Amino acid sequence: MAKTVVQEFTKGLWAEIPPFRLVLGLCPTLAVTKSVENGIGMGVATTFVLICSNILISMLRNVIPKKVRIACFIAVIATFVTVVELLMQAYTYPLFLSLGIFIPLIVVNCILLGRAEAFAAKNKVLPSLADGLGIGVGFTLSLAALGSIREILGAGTFYGMSVFGPSYQPFGFMVQAPGAFVCLGLMLCIMNMMGKK
Amino acid sequence: MRDMFKLFIAIVIFSLISGGVLAAVRNATKDRIEYQQLVFVKGPAINLILDGCTNNPVQDRFKIKDQDKERDFFVGEFDGKKDVVAFETYGKGFGGDIGVITAVNVNTDKIVGVAVTTHSETPGVGSRTKTNPEFGAQFKDQPITDVFKVKADGGQIDAVSGATISSRGVSAAVVQAGEIYKRLKDDLKNKMKASQG
Repeated sequence: MAKTVVQEFTKGLWAEIPPFRLVLGLCPTLAVTKSVENGIGMGVATTFVLICSNILISMLRNVIPKKVRIACFIAVIATFVTVVELLMQAYTYPLFLSLGIFIPLIVVNCILLGRAEAFAAKNKVLPSLADGLGIGVGFTLSLAALGSIREILGAGTFYGMSVFGPSYQPFGFMVQAPGAFVCLGLMLCIMNMMGKK
Repeated sequence: MRDMFKLFIAIVIFSLISGGVLAAVRNATKDRIEYQQLVFVKGPAINLILDGCTNNPVQDRFKIKDQDKERDFFVGEFDGKKDVVAFETYGKGFGGDIGVITAVNVNTDKIVGVAVTTHSETPGVGSRTKTNPEFGAQFKDQPITDVFKVKADGGQIDAVSGATISSRGVSAAVVQAGEIYKRLKDDLKNKMKASQG
């Protein structure tokens, strides 16, 4: 591994930014980005689980038997997700209500298992931490960006604050499910165009 | 065979540790989660009917075992006297159970207020039992021992138009509250006296 820790971190921000480059974790991406707040909340929760599971799996990579590694990874991830779920209920209850079922569903988010299998199981603790942090921050930024576009156009607000003033007619399509697909598609398209140059 | 045994042990150890961690976190956050749920789910309804009370009803709550169920009771303080108690009951609505908070003055046995907490009624129709203040106000100052029925069933409560079933559900919940109140009145009075200090 010739890459430095810093490179492991920064690849998550652009070269391997999860929803746009890896095209992973689309389910929460589409579902929760109705508003910036939801997007960031989901991103932070996922980042926390990603960092913790990456560190732990990397530490245990020589202990976990190869044949049952997936089951062990899932056990680690599910534990951290449940911890996050309980903490969110205890301290940010309104956010927990608006994210709903998508918190427990972080368990089956393919980014987490993907990073565990592809990276943490083969690398030392420090690069795994950097990888988890990078991918997590990249995921959070993507959700925040998508959430911003949808919230600004669909509700005329940004983080709950009015952007265009009261005369703005909200473009309700954007906060509904089809708006998420269209918006994500356009962003993927732009990312690919920029990547080609 | 020995290999199988090793895998088995690995999985068992993983599950044990996960279970232990989860139990610990759950224990640590249990009280806070319960409080948050009360604040965000029942809090708005409680504050609505106990408007003007000088304490925090969600904090001043106690439990009484009623038959095989523990019930939460919220205390409201008016003019320096803790003599209003609010609690939740359920009535069958159009789309499932309707949660109703009924507040009773323990000295006069009269209803101080009625408000809907959780429901899955039709938005804009049955949901008006929650949002239309005039509907809940009909119960105000009535004796809790009365049997409440909507006018369509020969009672005294004006149903929300188009939402007879939802209105019937709320009335049934208040009647149930009356039964619980009758059953627990002595216990309630003692507890209220104790909390007066």
